[in-house]
Amino acid sequence: MSALTSSFAMTRRSLALHLALLAAGVAAPFVFPGHTIQIAIFWVFVLFALTWDIMGGQMGYNSLGNILFFGLGMYVCAVAQIAIVYDVAQYTAANGAVRVDFSPKEYFQGLALGIVLSALVPVLFAVVLSWVLFGLRGPYYAIGTLGVAIAAAELTNSWNYVGGGMGIAMPVFPGGPGMRERFFYAACMLATVLCYLFLRWLYSKRFSLAVNAIRDDEDKAEALGLHTSRYKMVAWAVSAFFLGIAGALFGNMTGFIEPMETAFPTLTFGIFMVAMTLLGGKGTLWGPIVGSTLFYALREVTWTYLLGWQYVALGVLIIINVVYFQQGIMGWLRQRRPQWFASRAETPASKALETGGKA
Amino acid sequence: MWDSLQILAVAAPVFNVQLLLNGITVGAIFGLVAYGLALVWGVTSVKNLSQGDLVMMGGYLAYEFAKHGLHPILALLPVSLLMFGFGWLLYRLIIRRVIQLDLFTSLLATFGLAITIQQLLNIAFGPDVRTVRSGFGNFELFDGMVEITQIKLIAFGLCVLLAIAMVLFLKKSRMGQAIRATAQDPRAARVVGVNTDTVYAMTFSINAAICGAAGVLIAMIWVIQPFYGIAYSVRAFVIVTAAGLGNLPGVIVTALGLGVIEQYSGFVLGAQFQQATIVGLLLAILIWRQLALLRHRKALQ
Amino acid sequence: MSAPVVEVQGVTKAFGGVVANRNVSLKVAEGSITGLIGPNGSGKTTLFNSIVGQHPVDAGSIRFSGEEISRLSVQQIARLGMLRTFQQTRIFSKMDCVRNLLISLSHRGSEWGDMFRRYDAQDMERADRLLEFVGLYSKRLQIAGSLSFGQQKLLEFAMALMNEPRVLLLDEPTAGINPTLINGLIDRLKRANAEFGITLFVIEHNMRVIMNLASHIYCMSRGELLAEGPPARIQDDQRVIDAYLGAH
Repeated sequence: MSALTSSFAMTRRSLALHLALLAAGVAAPFVFPGHTIQIAIFWVFVLFALTWDIMGGQMGYNSLGNILFFGLGMYVCAVAQIAIVYDVAQYTAANGAVRVDFSPKEYFQGLALGIVLSALVPVLFAVVLSWVLFGLRGPYYAIGTLGVAIAAAELTNSWNYVGGGMGIAMPVFPGGPGMRERFFYAACMLATVLCYLFLRWLYSKRFSLAVNAIRDDEDKAEALGLHTSRYKMVAWAVSAFFLGIAGALFGNMTGFIEPMETAFPTLTFGIFMVAMTLLGGKGTLWGPIVGSTLFYALREVTWTYLLGWQYVALGVLIIINVVYFQQGIMGWLRQRRPQWFASRAETPASKALETGGKA
Repeated sequence: MWDSLQILAVAAPVFNVQLLLNGITVGAIFGLVAYGLALVWGVTSVKNLSQGDLVMMGGYLAYEFAKHGLHPILALLPVSLLMFGFGWLLYRLIIRRVIQLDLFTSLLATFGLAITIQQLLNIAFGPDVRTVRSGFGNFELFDGMVEITQIKLIAFGLCVLLAIAMVLFLKKSRMGQAIRATAQDPRAARVVGVNTDTVYAMTFSINAAICGAAGVLIAMIWVIQPFYGIAYSVRAFVIVTAAGLGNLPGVIVTALGLGVIEQYSGFVLGAQFQQATIVGLLLAILIWRQLALLRHRKALQ
Repeated sequence: MSAPVVEVQGVTKAFGGVVANRNVSLKVAEGSITGLIGPNGSGKTTLFNSIVGQHPVDAGSIRFSGEEISRLSVQQIARLGMLRTFQQTRIFSKMDCVRNLLISLSHRGSEWGDMFRRYDAQDMERADRLLEFVGLYSKRLQIAGSLSFGQQKLLEFAMALMNEPRVLLLDEPTAGINPTLINGLIDRLKRANAEFGITLFVIEHNMRVIMNLASHIYCMSRGELLAEGPPARIQDDQRVIDAYLGAH
């Protein structure tokens, strides 16, 4: 291997770990057939955390409104899926009273088109919003993004073309019971794995250093001539891309979408994105993964027990995390077990390029 | 939309007065909340995202008091005191530790606080909207075309009184001076013997008390609901962002203006667009600022 | 004097009611080391800030290689080849030294696709060489935030060199440095100027340093240009002496 092996390549031990996790992921729906959708949501959570970390962890621009892209993707996909066969306005006005039968071919064509659009339209929004919102620093950016997400929810809620507050009943998946769940589980897992691999690749490039520089001292980065606006736009576009796809898949998985709680849940999923990444440790590749896994597990276990107090617990968790445990799990592990994070570089030069986390 | 515009311009122009009056009364309360936000922001650099939820807390405290027979106007004092104490507690437990940290951390801490408060209120009081009867009637103007509830006028008056009280406090009292000194330069303040920790605690507690008072007023003239707090937080931020931190007259004017704009947009565009209008305003202000900054570097010879 | 690479004409800058710079005009010759001295509060840093684009000027013109730059942003001016170091020394404290240097690579003419490339062996060799130049090679993998103040100053200097500027504005480069290390720093500044051909414009309080270093010196006082000339002349200029004594 060349002296400049980036951290994209893996050690044999690391590769084994990755494959083991993949295998577990593939096996899960067969081991727990009744909970396939629930486990699919796990993958969505991981994707939430990974995409939030690009902005908040790596670049220091803490977006409270990333959920915007999730909802956009969801709605864009739904409209595309319906529009292929039927008049969208009529379909949504009927509120599911009209039973439109989508042939398998129509369904999958629609879905394919929908997914493509659900990736591209949010990216477009990210590019345009970049110009508006990236002049803002710190808290203004956070509140600005939150405001945009809330506004999107409200506007969608009053837009009759997409069903307004009544939402949209998604086209029915052609296929037997169980097939639908497994299909979307696979899709979610695939989307998340691709996101992870893409980010792993991206973080081994110059992009990663530039984005970290923006986080550490944006004025200094500018004073060195860095095109900060380019990097900000690309970072957000990457988030938007994957979040949009996740939204499309999620909408189809749940079968019914509406703006406030499903597409643009700013106070639930929107916050989870932040909470999970903080828990795991922001600014690392594995922090979001560890955090979302733990968060998901905790949530599954305690949700029913806490009954009514779940969100209080969430709020308290965020406060404790932020106030007492800023470094997150990965940061804490780094302090306790620095040897786990020693990079396996061949030369001192390539050692300098190792990004954080397990190689 | 065109019907509404027609009413305003041609058919019943006196209705503009109605919108203006409503807007000003509601704007005054926004202004109060925004003022508290600006105070905490200016002195401690903490951007309190739980501002609106503290307001709701105040409202619910008034509601509880009313259930036990205490008239809401009389409840103003006990609620303010209780909220003051609550603010002190919050400062000791949470805010004190995030003041030194970076901006987003403090924002997120107060965000976590906002969620916690919202959810606790929801558990305690349920998701229905509530209001507190004040037992006052209405004034009618222009032969009944324009109606203004007496309580709204009283609330407006109380807002003005509170604002004056705050200004006097900050100008004349020792603690007020200490607060202003710390806002200007914490290190210098410490050098002359100001206990900045106490100043921060006082500032945050005073803000909580202001929010509590605002909440009582809102419970009287409008409704309270566990999750309505965020609307007030967003509006307070818009006002502070537009008016700037040290600018009390600016905050007042902006708040009143915002109240009026909101009433108009609600009437002309429809109630569902109110949030979007506010956000749109916020973005417009921020973009305008951006352009001004760019233009500034370019605006020369 | 060879052609001026930086030309400031009639620049005035006020903050609120305070006039920090009044009608300041000066020229920095290409390839020279030019000094800027004056008592505290004379407006030196403000002038620097105006030149590199940190804030607009109220009047006057600033030219870089004949091009008017008074309306450009900090980023744009940096990409044209004029950098500055900060009095308080700003580096990326969470990255190690090598990374600090890599990110300082010039972004002049960089394309959108560049962000998806890796740093190659050439870049890293250059980083190593510059770290060695400033004497930080042994600390190259240390996190920049853990370096001593003097070491951070050297790192900032190396980062500026990495960016291949034509002109480097240094704001008090020896402030806070251990006196025994100052000679080493002066030596490096001279070498950067002689070997890399970088024009240096230096704000300095240490008279020994600036008289040793610069070939031409400007002295400011209370926002205005007071005197200029080679070190020998400035040293004996009564106005300069009075300005410094009067400032106490």
